[in-house]
Amino acid sequence: MRHRAGVFIGILVVALAGAWLLFVGLPRWYGSKPVAAPAAVAPAAAAEPAPARKITATLYYVAADGLSLVGAQREVAYGARVPEQARAIVEAEIRPAPPLLSAIPAGTTLRNVFVTDRGDAFVDLSSEVRTKHSGGSLDELLTVYAIVDALTVNLPAIARVQILIDGKEVETLAGHVDLRHPLVKNLEWIVHDTH
Amino acid sequence: MKSSALLAAIVAALAAVGGLLAAQPAAAPYTVVMRDGRRPLPVTTVGGQEMFALDDLARLLGLSVREDALAGGLAVTLNGQTIVMAAQQPLASVAGRMISLPAPPVRQGRTWYVPVDFVSRALAPIAGTRIELRKASRLLLIGDVRLPQIALHVEPLGAVTRLTFEIAPPTPHTIAQEPGRLVVHFDADALDLADLRATPTGALQGVHAGDAPATIAVDLGPGFASYHATDEPADRGVARLVIDLAVQTPSATPQPPVPPAQPPSAPPLLGVPPSGGLRTIVLDPGHGGDDAGARGARGTLEKDVTLAVARRLAGALETRLGARVILTRDGDQALGPDERAAAANNNKADLFVSLHANASLRAATSGAEVFSLSLAEYGEQAQRLAHGETDALPVLGGGSRDIDVIPWDLAQARHIDQSTALAHAIEGALREHVPMSARALEQAPFRVLVGANMPAVLVEMGFLTNAAQERQLASDDFQNTLAQSLLNGILRYRDAQPAAPGLAPVATVGPHGEHR
Repeated sequence: MRHRAGVFIGILVVALAGAWLLFVGLPRWYGSKPVAAPAAVAPAAAAEPAPARKITATLYYVAADGLSLVGAQREVAYGARVPEQARAIVEAEIRPAPPLLSAIPAGTTLRNVFVTDRGDAFVDLSSEVRTKHSGGSLDELLTVYAIVDALTVNLPAIARVQILIDGKEVETLAGHVDLRHPLVKNLEWIVHDTH
Repeated sequence: MKSSALLAAIVAALAAVGGLLAAQPAAAPYTVVMRDGRRPLPVTTVGGQEMFALDDLARLLGLSVREDALAGGLAVTLNGQTIVMAAQQPLASVAGRMISLPAPPVRQGRTWYVPVDFVSRALAPIAGTRIELRKASRLLLIGDVRLPQIALHVEPLGAVTRLTFEIAPPTPHTIAQEPGRLVVHFDADALDLADLRATPTGALQGVHAGDAPATIAVDLGPGFASYHATDEPADRGVARLVIDLAVQTPSATPQPPVPPAQPPSAPPLLGVPPSGGLRTIVLDPGHGGDDAGARGARGTLEKDVTLAVARRLAGALETRLGARVILTRDGDQALGPDERAAAANNNKADLFVSLHANASLRAATSGAEVFSLSLAEYGEQAQRLAHGETDALPVLGGGSRDIDVIPWDLAQARHIDQSTALAHAIEGALREHVPMSARALEQAPFRVLVGANMPAVLVEMGFLTNAAQERQLASDDFQNTLAQSLLNGILRYRDAQPAAPGLAPVATVGPHGEHR
């Protein structure tokens, strides 16, 4: 009986201490945070370094009329260095994001990204970007510039982008757009004020 | 017993051939041209890529090559600077600067092979002496060698056969008459000759490289009486030598020569804008063979639609314009973009029209579009060429020279204003009878247009991914409407050309915007 009461008091003390920590102590340490949300703040802050740190990037999707790209602000995994951030951005461009329509054929994977000191990024995609492509020149322009513009707009360190397929330089992706050289940013294919 | 003897014989034969295993130099070798002479440089095709053996380049240029077996990499040193490459990667670091290669370096047996472009992209920038790779003529120029490019155009003008040599860069020359032939001597180390084929006439048998280096022999026909040579001043880095060969006339009085000062009316051979008039038009039905292009839900293939419209348009152009019309393909075969542009360049076409049908991820997207080449993607050199500027390039090893020959890569740059005018004319004519996209007139870096050395456009005739348009594009009626509208557009372009050659372009269209 006594033993049980001791256990009960122990639990009560721990619970009270926890409650104090949660409702008084932590808000005092993180003074600027609103008291209503301490439970949400505390674990995230305590879990540094964060495993899922994000940045907000502008990604490009096929516009409703199919003739242009539209920009959308999306959260993208944080990359500590430029090539890692570039990789995260291209992977986000590829990922389906309903109701938005990705300009990159489903099934395409990103094999690798290299970035040179001069700001040339080489984006190496799997062959699905070609085999699963609609084959239209307009879609090809949208696929290419969704990648080129997402990298050059979000990462000032990247000035030009060359797309490789299966590790090789290619003439074109679907027979039209010249991919033999790195391409610079081109906002002609983006519509700005649709939303 | 028998089979092992056979095997031994095969092994012995292989060893006799040189012991190199899989790498057989199947492709024609390059010719290295240096001050002290010429020598062949073998080319080996590996995985569809033409490659040089690194050892051959090392002997030729004094490279030192180190292999890092652990990292699987190669370090090549030239002139105190280092190029680093990794196997499996189509990239190289050249004195700290990354460049791309068409294929990774390949090792076969004990020999490393590098793509031929390695010479121009990696070695030339650090060599300290001039290294110039001319892929079209399979030449590798090292050091201060003078090797002008020369092309020939022959016109039979009745009693006179006119030979026009285009010479780039302009090179001093003399003409000597020998029995049965004329010999043109150029003040150069050697000549880079394009196609010299000529149809024989009474005064001319043929033209070929002369016996001595840097000479061209003109074999005279039995009817030859006299010749008259004129040098025309260099225009944009290309000089012209015009030789008129006159035949003996029955009256035995020498025929007065055709006025020589008049510039040739034929389209140029070495990258100078044409002078107007549509004599030859090349139509390019997009895709073909394994490459079906876009595909409609009912199974209509882009490659079939483009060929059908091209055939209809060819008939209409021949009838209405009397023009020579050439199709890059008149069957279901695959063609590379360079072959398509080459069909137009080799036939000295005045216009190049590439026909396509579109596809979109959005089923509702519809309408035709007309594209000309966008130069923004091709850097500053292309944009300077578009404005007719030439500039002096420092020559490694001292001095400078004008850029006088446009790389084939950028042949379209000089014609960009005319291409835009052609796109505008075709878009206007299509709009009267064909549904147009909201972005009907655009510029894009399209691969097939870059190498075309004449006004060139790409027409997307409609969207096969739109059900109504797929039915239209497959129908005879609509294909006829397209062919008729394209013909009208080409006629409008022709009628807007200035009568005299060399005038400013008629119309330039603002790049974008107004058709959004």
